[in-house]
Amino acid sequence: MPTSTENRGPAWLAAAALLATLTGCSKAVVLNPAGDVAAQSGDLVVTATLLMLIIIVPVILLTLLFAWKYRQSNTEAEYDPEWHHSTALELVIWSVPLIIIIALGALTWISTHKLDPYRPLDRISETKPLPADVKPLEVQVVALDWKWLFMYPEQGIASVNEVAVPVDRPVRFKLTASSTMSAFYAPDFAGMIYAMPGMQTELNGVINKEGVFKGLNSHYSGAGFSGMSFKLHGLSNEGFDAWVQKAKDANNALNRDKYLELVKPSERHPVTLFSSVQEGLYDRVLNMCVEEGKMCMHHMMAIDAAGGAAYMKKAGLNLPQDVCSVENADQVVALLDQRAEAQQ
Amino acid sequence: MPHDPLLGRITWDSIPMAHEPIVLWTFIAVVLGGLVVFAALTKFKLWGPLWRDWICSIDHKKIGIMYIILGIVMLLRGFADAVMMRLQQAMAFGDNLGYLPPHHYDQIFTAHGVIMIFFVAMPLVTGFMNYLIPLQIGARDVSFPFLNNFSFWMTATGAILVMVSLFLGEFSTSGWLALSNLGNQNPGVGLDYYIWALQLSGVGTTLSGINLIVTIIKMRAPGMNLMKMPVFVWTSLCTNALIVASFPILTAALVLMSMDRYFGTNFFTNELGGNPMLYVNLIWIWGHPEVYILILPCFGIFSEIVATFSKKRLFGYTSMVYATVCITVLSWLVWLHHFFTMGSGAAVNTFFGITTMIISIPTGAKIFNWLFTMYKGRIEFKPPMLWTVGFMCTFAIGGMTGVLLAVPPADFVLHNSLFLIAHFHNVIIGGVVFGLLAGINFWFPKAFGYKLNEFWGKVSFWCWLVGFWIAFTPLYILGLMGVTRRLNHFEDQSLQIWFVIAAVGVAIIACGIGAFLLQLVVSFIQRKQNRDENGDTWGSGRTLEWATSSPPPVYNFAKTPVVHDVDAWWDMKKHGYQRPLSGFEDLHMPKNTGAGFIISMIGLVLGFALIWHIWWLAIVSFAGLILATIIHTFNYNRDYYIPATEVQATEDARTQQLARHV
Amino acid sequence: MSNHTISAVGPREYHLAHEPHPENGTSLGFWLYLMSDCLIFAALFATYGVLGRSYAGGATGAELFSLPLVALNTAFLLVSSLTFGFALIQKQKGNLAGTQLWLFITGILGLCFLGVELYEFAHLMHEGLTPQSSAFGSAFFTLVGTHGLHVTFGLIWLVVLMLQLGKHGITPENNRRLMCLSMFWHFLDVVWIGVFTFVYLMGVL
Repeated sequence: MPTSTENRGPAWLAAAALLATLTGCSKAVVLNPAGDVAAQSGDLVVTATLLMLIIIVPVILLTLLFAWKYRQSNTEAEYDPEWHHSTALELVIWSVPLIIIIALGALTWISTHKLDPYRPLDRISETKPLPADVKPLEVQVVALDWKWLFMYPEQGIASVNEVAVPVDRPVRFKLTASSTMSAFYAPDFAGMIYAMPGMQTELNGVINKEGVFKGLNSHYSGAGFSGMSFKLHGLSNEGFDAWVQKAKDANNALNRDKYLELVKPSERHPVTLFSSVQEGLYDRVLNMCVEEGKMCMHHMMAIDAAGGAAYMKKAGLNLPQDVCSVENADQVVALLDQRAEAQQ
Repeated sequence: MPHDPLLGRITWDSIPMAHEPIVLWTFIAVVLGGLVVFAALTKFKLWGPLWRDWICSIDHKKIGIMYIILGIVMLLRGFADAVMMRLQQAMAFGDNLGYLPPHHYDQIFTAHGVIMIFFVAMPLVTGFMNYLIPLQIGARDVSFPFLNNFSFWMTATGAILVMVSLFLGEFSTSGWLALSNLGNQNPGVGLDYYIWALQLSGVGTTLSGINLIVTIIKMRAPGMNLMKMPVFVWTSLCTNALIVASFPILTAALVLMSMDRYFGTNFFTNELGGNPMLYVNLIWIWGHPEVYILILPCFGIFSEIVATFSKKRLFGYTSMVYATVCITVLSWLVWLHHFFTMGSGAAVNTFFGITTMIISIPTGAKIFNWLFTMYKGRIEFKPPMLWTVGFMCTFAIGGMTGVLLAVPPADFVLHNSLFLIAHFHNVIIGGVVFGLLAGINFWFPKAFGYKLNEFWGKVSFWCWLVGFWIAFTPLYILGLMGVTRRLNHFEDQSLQIWFVIAAVGVAIIACGIGAFLLQLVVSFIQRKQNRDENGDTWGSGRTLEWATSSPPPVYNFAKTPVVHDVDAWWDMKKHGYQRPLSGFEDLHMPKNTGAGFIISMIGLVLGFALIWHIWWLAIVSFAGLILATIIHTFNYNRDYYIPATEVQATEDARTQQLARHV
Repeated sequence: MSNHTISAVGPREYHLAHEPHPENGTSLGFWLYLMSDCLIFAALFATYGVLGRSYAGGATGAELFSLPLVALNTAFLLVSSLTFGFALIQKQKGNLAGTQLWLFITGILGLCFLGVELYEFAHLMHEGLTPQSSAFGSAFFTLVGTHGLHVTFGLIWLVVLMLQLGKHGITPENNRRLMCLSMFWHFLDVVWIGVFTFVYLMGVL
């Protein structure tokens, strides 16, 4: 009875070979990205795989070897039907994987803390340290149905489905979403991070090369999901300034109404640039109060923490909505803002 | 959506085949196929036996077979979904949008996941546990035979709802865990079909879990203490413990989502205090134990097969048991690895990453134990053993990619990518599917009394093995290229070649499924030549089910065996055991009943009414459900005795059969 | 258990003189079901833990919960557990009439519990706290309401069991059913203690 082990050999061998070739192959962006943070994650993929191959390769080899050697037709091989226990072997079986997992666990601890998306960068790349006076470029991201809105608070501009960053400058994305969870992913830049309505996440990274890199949503969010891609431009400092200027020349103001238009579902939205952004728009988006007369979430949470409706009554207000329409709304809002900040 | 007091939200637009050719042709095929079955049943006068001997049966063997048939039927639809997806993804590049509009494609990938997990893998695994546990522990049936029948029919109603959604209304589009509905509830019927299919079948699964735990604890044969149970029974015990502990969480999560949909509550909304992250946590606290529920019984199946075909006792029984229990406990501590990218912070991510890695240690121990069972054995490469060796090589790699994904920063770049898809298909196909097909090949002769055709069995194995690797290696590569899942269209033309290769792989798997079906047909035609006259089909059976005839009599064992050692049947054979030929007693057996089927069908009507907002029907069927249950509890006449003379006659017939075919 | 008769068999005898009868698994099985039910409540408690202070700027428990009313409710439920115990004592003595009487009283107390709870719910909704008004409202009504639904089903079961006791008397089967209902009833008590501590007391104090 043939055991036909020949065909099964190449399966894992092919996998290992592929891994090796892909490391050099530029198409495998996960292993060969243009940004330092992403590169460190990619290195981890390779390291972890190699650590585990230490166990997997012998296991597969032994499986095929034993299948061949102890096949029924091979009467020369020893047959010991009652041998079913060996303490020494058990010790090896449990402890060798344990040691590898301890090593991997240590690597995990270190790398998870180092590559925490919220952690500010401590280097530009493997060869370039972080300059002392650098300030990260802050970009606010809103995941909409089914497009990406980027706002630049420092530059006062915004864009849809296109984001530009200067090469070798740390970038800090602050992310939220309009209606349902999405995941912001630019493989060259860094790992992905969820963008969720009413919540803010953060992603720190850097691009080390000039170029046009792909960006996408990696968490299914509805019918237009497949078209929800964007372009990440890595530009020189001059190139970046030129891009900002291009936006400023676009003569297209992003205010509340324009934003509410953007919120409406649409697919494959063309790249759009905005020359100005209404004051406080991102905060309104984050707190889900872009619409007139809607209470902001941070105010609602401050009221809740203070005691809910009872607190409102004590302040002489009957309804939460009073906050937005009563004459002394500004004072009440200032008081609530104070409370919200104190909570943070 | 419009609402009619009589029909709820059903309108003419609810019938998709009116405007979708694929659905129309499927409907025609189903109707034709259904008519053929109907005609055959009528011609061969099988309606009576169908009702009496199968639908009403509380016999664990029949129920186990029905679960497995359900699983195989649903496999065909789940696989058809896979083929459709592969075709779309091989075509849809640049200007070519493919043949499936996004709305349709999104239903297909959702249905594929839901069907494969809930209506293929779960029923198949449950079917095996149902069939084998009483036989392997030397019992006559499970502890609660009526509940067993009811559990099966509840699972079937869930499957029926999913099938109905194909022709009336639509299915959910938000993935197999309904994540994209959070904060943005789709008011259509699709998600409601999903919710009620899962809730109804979830009742069946939970009750079955309770049933099998009590069976294993209370009904083992004298002498079979826990450390003398077959390993399959140990893995089943752990699996059912996981079921009973985890399915309530799924129930609760779906109830909360239902309340958001039906009553406008604010559990998972974005406003008024709701928190979608709560749903993500609850669903994955269920979701991770679920995958262990699927794999542990298959580990048990492989343990039985490798010992039987190596003609050698399983290596390291004790450490196998401890490894299984370790895996069971640890599976509760890892759920967050499904959403490392939600931003929970380094400390939390590290904890869950490390616990996930730790699970690989007992799992690895099991692989080594199978390996050393083969060592110094005399291995016969019948199809079940081929599947086992294929599993050991395939699952090892799948497990490796899992540990890789357990490193949070690695997951940050691979989460939700095709690499992830390849990983979980690697372990589910390589582990669960291979295990189930191995198990079918292994125990089919026991259940039906004749052997399966070996040639087609081997063809099926090779097609599955080769097809799997050709279908999913490209996906590993695509994941490393940054391609994400659930896309129905791509801009980058250079990726197309990989999707085409994957489609070829799926075609080969299709041949594997075809060969399997052919194997069943050919074996049925040749059944008289391949009768299992002995009961110990493979000659080297080690556990008690091989002591019975093939198929076993309704009472399993004429006299309850007494167990002295692990591998009870092997022990009996070694010590020259002789079958008792006389001295039989009246045997206490449970009675068949139609109550389980009836109550489940009322449940089906209730689910349907809730989906379509037919409130009067919902109220009536709910009341009917309670009434039918109460009426059933008034039935105190649930058992009967098989007279000793009948037992004697059955055993005498077997004695003659054995004598004729020595 | 499976071991008890092993000593009566020789070292390599594979059958007993008479067929053993496996122990009845109903209590264990029902207990396992109760634990699964307990996990549903655990999920609802966890949900309440996460969402229970999200008032959406609206009504809170502190201002609306009436502790005296909750105390009354608790008294009804806890005493009903006591009366169920009395019913079981009567059953032990084989006194069918006594069993039925105490079961009946248990049922009345259960109905009182439900009545007070429904009154409380109506009052809260009148004051603006509804399942829809905030996440807190959703979590509160679902957690407490699910408990109330369980009590309702317990009462239906109680009536059915009383009818079955009337029809068949105190048989081993009915005995098993009474034990199961007893476990169920006491379980609801324990859950209620969790509810009034976690929801009401911690909400108000």
